[in-house]
Amino acid sequence: MAAGVAAWLPFARAAAIGWMPVANLPMPVAPTEKNKRQDELIILNVSGRRFQTWRTTLDRYPDTLLGSSEKEFFFNEETREYFFDRDPDVFRSILNFYRTGKLHYPRYECISAYDEELAFFGIIPEIISDCCYEEYKDRKRENAERLMDDMEDNKDSKLPNMTFRETMWRAFENPHTSTMALVFYYVTGFFIAVSVITNVVETVPCGSTPNQKDMPCGERYTVAFFCMDTACVMIFTVEYLMRLFAAPSRYRFMRSVMSIIDVVAILPYYIGLVMTNNEDVSGAFVTLRVFRVFRIFKFSRHSQGLRILGYTLKSCASELGFLLFSLTMAIIIFATVMFYAEKGSTSSKFTSIPASFWYTIVTMTTLGYGDMVPKTIAGKIFGSICSLSGVLVIALPVPVIVSNFSRIYHQNQRADKRRAQKKARLARMRISKTGSSNAFLRSKRNGLLNEALELTGSMEEEQQLNKTTSLIESQHHHLLHCLEKTTNHEFVDEQLYEQSYLESALQSYPSRSPSLSSQDGLTGTCCSRRSKKSNHLPNASAPASTHPHSLQELSAIHIQCGDQPPLSTSRSSLNMMPDEPGRLNCKSGQITTAIISIPTPPANSPEGDGHPPPSPAVQPGTGSGSNVVKVSAL
Amino acid sequence: MSQCRKRCKRQLTKVARYFYRFLTGTLTQDSIEDDFELSTVCHRPEGLDKLQEQTKFTKKELQVLYRGFKNECPSGVVNEETFKHIYSQFFPQGDSSTYAHFLFEAFDTNKNGSVSFEDFVIGLSIILRGSINDRLSWAFNLYDLNKDGCITKEEMMDIMKSIYDMMGKYTYPCMHEDAPREHVESFFQKMDRNKDGVVTIEEFIESCQKDENIMQSMQLFDNVI
Repeated sequence: MAAGVAAWLPFARAAAIGWMPVANLPMPVAPTEKNKRQDELIILNVSGRRFQTWRTTLDRYPDTLLGSSEKEFFFNEETREYFFDRDPDVFRSILNFYRTGKLHYPRYECISAYDEELAFFGIIPEIISDCCYEEYKDRKRENAERLMDDMEDNKDSKLPNMTFRETMWRAFENPHTSTMALVFYYVTGFFIAVSVITNVVETVPCGSTPNQKDMPCGERYTVAFFCMDTACVMIFTVEYLMRLFAAPSRYRFMRSVMSIIDVVAILPYYIGLVMTNNEDVSGAFVTLRVFRVFRIFKFSRHSQGLRILGYTLKSCASELGFLLFSLTMAIIIFATVMFYAEKGSTSSKFTSIPASFWYTIVTMTTLGYGDMVPKTIAGKIFGSICSLSGVLVIALPVPVIVSNFSRIYHQNQRADKRRAQKKARLARMRISKTGSSNAFLRSKRNGLLNEALELTGSMEEEQQLNKTTSLIESQHHHLLHCLEKTTNHEFVDEQLYEQSYLESALQSYPSRSPSLSSQDGLTGTCCSRRSKKSNHLPNASAPASTHPHSLQELSAIHIQCGDQPPLSTSRSSLNMMPDEPGRLNCKSGQITTAIISIPTPPANSPEGDGHPPPSPAVQPGTGSGSNVVKVSAL
Repeated sequence: MSQCRKRCKRQLTKVARYFYRFLTGTLTQDSIEDDFELSTVCHRPEGLDKLQEQTKFTKKELQVLYRGFKNECPSGVVNEETFKHIYSQFFPQGDSSTYAHFLFEAFDTNKNGSVSFEDFVIGLSIILRGSINDRLSWAFNLYDLNKDGCITKEEMMDIMKSIYDMMGKYTYPCMHEDAPREHVESFFQKMDRNKDGVVTIEEFIESCQKDENIMQSMQLFDNVI
């Protein structure tokens, strides 16, 4: 039974009066309260601070420490109070949970201390109410990351039995592990710097000889620069090949950004080597040399700051894109206006709208080079509006947009987070809910045991078994038992249900072809299944493989053609009169769907004895159907 | 034509006002209206003594009942949604909303869409502390959906389906489509003396008094609280 409504149990039991006159079977005996306690105040002494509450308040949640008989372990006979040696501040939130049904997480509280208290008192954190749940999860994740960072630092110690390849890879990734790695790291860094400086200095004019005009150093000392370039590229190539060799997953390494940068950095040299003779492509060759500047990005392996910047840009890409888009809009508008305003004036530099783009950009970013200036009055008016709005368009929205988008971005992240958390949360709550229905089924089995014991006349054991369930639980179970008697059906869990379904299906297979009902209410036919099993509650006690088994049942629908004589109402049903207003949704008169469960191969389903029996039995069933076409719904 | 002009004028004044606010920098309007939510109706029951007179509960029992009631519904009244939600907590396997709806109708004696503590406690008093005949007539009132003094087969069918809905899907033996119908048939066979297709309250009470099982189960309610 879900927590919090234990106080309404008397009402629910009273409401059962509606079942009594229609029941055909006698009702089971109600559990009696052995000692009818009046509602009393109990005192909870938590490290000296006394809390008082009604006993029934605590009884609301019978599966926690305070709601169950576990608190009797903490009962202090002399002072007639329950003493807990725990934190009284956190206990306040916990006791409020009993009172209001909502568990709140106080922000000033340490997350691990809070978790410990919850675990002690037997409360699952998923119950934390929505107002505090996000905060709780965020703090928990932060804490987990912090602990993980600590763990990672400890991990740096050298593990034994690492292959040469693994050592090399670790040396590449963390240069601090060994001196060799550090040396390698610094050497490559030095050569990257050398290569970049070389590229820069290459273009500086160093005309020392007076009779020759200024020429860049690169053309004066061609050989020297060429040797330098070659040396750098050799080192980079060797480094790249070594990394490729050491990478645990070569394919993934080749796809990573850093390796692409490496390749782009050294390719121009090789292409240049190949193409020196051809005159036509020398232009392209010159362009290729531009790519040598990409070597500077190799520094990002050495600098974490660069990596963070890159990551930030990547994550803000959409916001930057929007900023660019809005700027483009403004530019186009103003360029058009300026073009038409300046069209009349002679010798106007505003020859076309794209030509006006340059003016607009320069004006809006308040650069104002002055190479293009409006001459007409209208042009000047619009030009001034353009520069004023340039300030607005560029300066103002940037912080607003940045903060706005940061908020929206975090909100989206939160929404996604919440969605992801919600699934896990609901799953856990569902498990505890099915736990309660399982409790009923379990206690039923215990109840049968009780009856058997009663017959044999051993009273003490019966009392012992009775004590395992609290009074509220036993009253709730009695209520469910009454409902069973009223409808003359029993509650079973999903496993038994499927078992019994299979048995009944096999017994009368040739005469029936059950039909698939899509939007069926809960009183569907025995052999009807819902088309989507997504709202199917995972049964906590069932083994995990039941679920894929049932999915597989749904996934293969046998369409039997022409088995049943076509009824005038084009329906075929299980145990139904032809004029029954069934809520079945059949496809057509000729095709009737029969759902046969495909037993999973024994290797995949490590289940108990429940499932192997159907497997041999279904075979003859499938064999007997004519024109059985297997349609997989997945 | 005049309507068009009126509308145009209204739009123009709106635009003019907007531009005025735009130029003077007072664009955001603090709307007073949407912060004011209709305050939740708070209902207080009459005094404890009065309730004690009206029902057969002791003071302490009323106190316990009220504490539970107030905790779940601080506003003092239960609306149908809350009612259904509370009732569904007790039946995790099935769908109890229809039966809860019928219960709500039965508890809400003055038909105002909400059940106050008085309604709640009066209803409970009849069921838990009333005589057998009182209980039977309360049950009859529950079944008689349109409160016309007789139960028809359709009404009984609705009630029966709602009860079977609470069982859910996973039952043993498997739930057939016609199980409620069969049950209704047997019920009418037992209750409908003059075979006129409806069950009146006299027939109902008479037939129930003759049935041992029903009499015995009515006594189950003696010690619920």
